[in-house]
Amino acid sequence: MDVLNHKFTPETWPEHPERATLEAKNKFVGFWLFLGGETILFATLFATYLALRNSGPDGFEHTTQSLYDLKLVLVMTLLLLTSSLTSVYAVYHMRNFNFKKMQIWMSITALLGTGFLMVEVYEFVHYVGLGFTFGSSAFASAFFTLVGTHGLHVAVGLVWITLLIWRNAKRGLNLYNATKYYTFSLYWHFIDVVWVFIFTVVYLMGVIG
Amino acid sequence: MAEIQVTKRTPAQQQLNRKRGKEGMRNQIMMFSLMIFLTLCSFGMVVAYQNDVLGMSGYFVLPMVLLIAAVLVGLQFYYFMHMAEEEHGIPQFFMYTGMILGGLVPLAMLTIVWW
Repeated sequence: MDVLNHKFTPETWPEHPERATLEAKNKFVGFWLFLGGETILFATLFATYLALRNSGPDGFEHTTQSLYDLKLVLVMTLLLLTSSLTSVYAVYHMRNFNFKKMQIWMSITALLGTGFLMVEVYEFVHYVGLGFTFGSSAFASAFFTLVGTHGLHVAVGLVWITLLIWRNAKRGLNLYNATKYYTFSLYWHFIDVVWVFIFTVVYLMGVIG
Repeated sequence: MAEIQVTKRTPAQQQLNRKRGKEGMRNQIMMFSLMIFLTLCSFGMVVAYQNDVLGMSGYFVLPMVLLIAAVLVGLQFYYFMHMAEEEHGIPQFFMYTGMILGGLVPLAMLTIVWW
């Protein structure tokens, strides 16, 4: 039977719709492999940051202890962590075959992610205003590369979920898009995981010195 | 597109599924609350260290904060990302490999970069 046009009901919707077809299973495994690769990518950026966080030209004025504002970082962390929870809600509704609620919770996820990005942009603009730019010191380059790459991943995720919500608005939930929403959810959790490391290694360890 | 089997659940089965789903969600919310609590602990310890409250020493705060981060990441992977569920053997394998290699790279950089 043709899975794309089959009309499911809450009683016939598979228990794990994101892995119900062979294509879905392949996408599922493939995406986890991609996340394994992203782990290595961020590991290299973390390595560079850790090695260079106290380096710069003689007399470079901005150090990890003096620069970071922990209140802002806490706000960003809570925003991203909550957006992870809302995406869990969305997947829960997806598994319950409730398309409308899933779209709503995914939209809330996107809004919280946008909030996070706005605060991060504000932080970067503030640093540049202080004279702490990408070329200021080795520490600066490493910081902006690491945190900037994470921010870029968040931005890509936001574009992705916006497209998903928009393009599937009239289609409803079926086995074609179930795995796409689930994959996005995995991606979003992963960038939250990376943010946990960032706020620990960059900001908290930076303040401790 | 692949062929799949479509089975219709009985009302009793459907109710059981819904109940399991609700319990699963309650579990997720508990995990989320735990994550928020651990995050606030982390931040609290660092702010206490900054302001010399409670006699916190850097030697205590730093490993604790790293430990809390490791626990947070574990919770994220196992509960939010469903790595604890069945059929996640391959993801587990690749993620653990990635983490081991991902731990080696920073270790290498920390050792070889001294300037």
